Amino acid sequence: MDAFTKLTGVVAPIDRINIDTDQIIPAVYLKSIERTGFEDALFSSWRYNFDGSDNPEFVLNKPAYKKANVLVVGPNFGCGSSREHAPWALRDYGIKCIISTSFADIFYNNCFKNGVLPLVLPPEQVKEIMEKAESDPGIELSIDLVGQRVWDESEEISIAFEIDAARKDALVNGLDDIGQTLRMVADIGDYEAKHGL
Amino acid sequence: MPPKTMFEKIWDDHVVVQEPDQPAVIYIDLHLVHEVTSPQAFDGLRMNGRKVRRLDLTVATADHNTPTWDLSLPVTDEISKKQLDALDRNCAEFGVTLYDRFSPLQGIVHIIGPDLGYTQPGKTVVCGDSHTSTHGALGAFAIGIGTSEVEHVLATQTLRAFKPDTMEVRVNGQLPRGVTAKDIILAIIGKIGVYGGVGHVIEYTGEAIRNLSMDGRMTVCNMSIEAGARAGMIAPDQTTFDYLKGRQFAPQGAEFDAAVERWKALVTDPGAKYDKLVEIDASELEPHVTWGTTPGMVAPISGKIPDPADADDENTRDALTRALEYMDLKPGMAITDIKIDRIFVGACTNARLEDLRAAAEVVKGKKVHKDVYAMVVPGSAKIKLEAEAEGLDKIFEEAGVDWRVAGCSMCLGMNPDILSPGQRCASTSNRNFEGRQGKGGRTHLVSPAMAAAAAIAGHFVDVRDL
Repeated sequence: MDAFTKLTGVVAPIDRINIDTDQIIPAVYLKSIERTGFEDALFSSWRYNFDGSDNPEFVLNKPAYKKANVLVVGPNFGCGSSREHAPWALRDYGIKCIISTSFADIFYNNCFKNGVLPLVLPPEQVKEIMEKAESDPGIELSIDLVGQRVWDESEEISIAFEIDAARKDALVNGLDDIGQTLRMVADIGDYEAKHGL
Repeated sequence: MPPKTMFEKIWDDHVVVQEPDQPAVIYIDLHLVHEVTSPQAFDGLRMNGRKVRRLDLTVATADHNTPTWDLSLPVTDEISKKQLDALDRNCAEFGVTLYDRFSPLQGIVHIIGPDLGYTQPGKTVVCGDSHTSTHGALGAFAIGIGTSEVEHVLATQTLRAFKPDTMEVRVNGQLPRGVTAKDIILAIIGKIGVYGGVGHVIEYTGEAIRNLSMDGRMTVCNMSIEAGARAGMIAPDQTTFDYLKGRQFAPQGAEFDAAVERWKALVTDPGAKYDKLVEIDASELEPHVTWGTTPGMVAPISGKIPDPADADDENTRDALTRALEYMDLKPGMAITDIKIDRIFVGACTNARLEDLRAAAEVVKGKKVHKDVYAMVVPGSAKIKLEAEAEGLDKIFEEAGVDWRVAGCSMCLGMNPDILSPGQRCASTSNRNFEGRQGKGGRTHLVSPAMAAAAAIAGHFVDVRDL
């Protein structure tokens, strides 16, 4: 799996609650049998007009935010479907970190499998980053997962964050879940024998 | 031993390895596979020279992309066809049992699992689809997973997962006539919100849940994910055992009787504690209709569109304003004044036989309103035949309702069944997100009877008034 250790990049704000997976990537783009190439589908309903042209009002179409690597968003981001295409589309676009007060469970899990950090911060800190990203378009944010800290260049934002140690370890080291579990193959065999499976 | 909830019993029974502070490695008894979330997982196996560990616990079907037109007609969408072909190829190469679009056992993955007897009490069930929560209605622990996890389960027959918390949703009292399982779950989501269940497994209890049929229980559990819950569950009882008896892949004869004894022990122990409790009174419920762009934006049929100005905070006010703009609705408007263009009866939420009967009963001897296009998509090939044996297809056809072949269809619009921009649909599916049924389409979630009633009237009506 892809690792995530440290990132510095432009942060784009989308101040909406309950951004669902159908907004992140609509179902019509899930027909691909590839694991990459979803960047143009990201937020497509918001990003493009009905005629396919760019919607200039959408944040990622504004010049200052176009090359964003970080999103700051409202609570319950990624609710809805289990589609891993959602983190794939974010990753393919170049977004490797999403900051919110909360995420939907399946989306949250899926991010860790793809080198994308879904970072949970308290409401006042998310608000601080949201306001800074809106008032200072193109501002860069640094996220250090190893040192568990988020800051901007001016250090006006400087936040120490908490994250589950096992999830951090998996992401920092880009651990291969399947490889790890296959090392427990004897335990799995024992379980099957014991349960008559 | 301390008293345990049903979920804890099933979880504890499936832990293969639990290292301190690590996710548990839990055994998976049933892995359901479909064409959309599996191709990259099979590719991963191939790249690493891995096999499917337990072919006997893995079943695949084609449902999301399949056209619902006559089976003699081809799949015209080239990209959909490619994905369906990939499932055929992958299942053949790895040896996975596949019910393709021509199989008599084909259907929506969450419909065929229980209907064929694969899903059973006490099992752990996964599928690369969030509505896997449906299977919890039989007393299974069933969760949706991503494609990386699909690959993990294929290779190891286990899943790495942190243990969720538990929530009891107790539905007291008896449902009034004309109020259904769909209205129960919409009311629950309206009450706890689309984030209310995050991190939790919901167990639905109470008199109104006990009185539901299996079809109704599946409707409730199906939408657990719409409240953000990891899973939904209902304790198995005589209704569950009667439902499973004689199903093709359920235990048979003496084995079935032995299984029932095991299943009876799964119920939550007296005195077991849930992390949260929510109660609702079924006797006060009305038929429900969503008016917004999340399933939590819902009102009883006697209700009105809310005013964003009344919202508690700015974020909610923005979300309501945006939802009303997208849905082209005005604050204060009566739900019954909303005119519709289409109805869709189908999806893993409401495409079982009981749902089709409920819709048929409403349209019987009547005609669909001239401005409405109505479509009914049965949940599986088997249910389609069962409905036709009862003459439901004739009732629909005489009323002017289009009777289709099984699939996910217009629930998410991956196949040719989609809304045009601006079209408004009364839908028995589970999500009313922006663009869910087609870009610019407007979705109102309702029960099958309410969708059928709207088809006749051309706007929402209280099905109890018909």
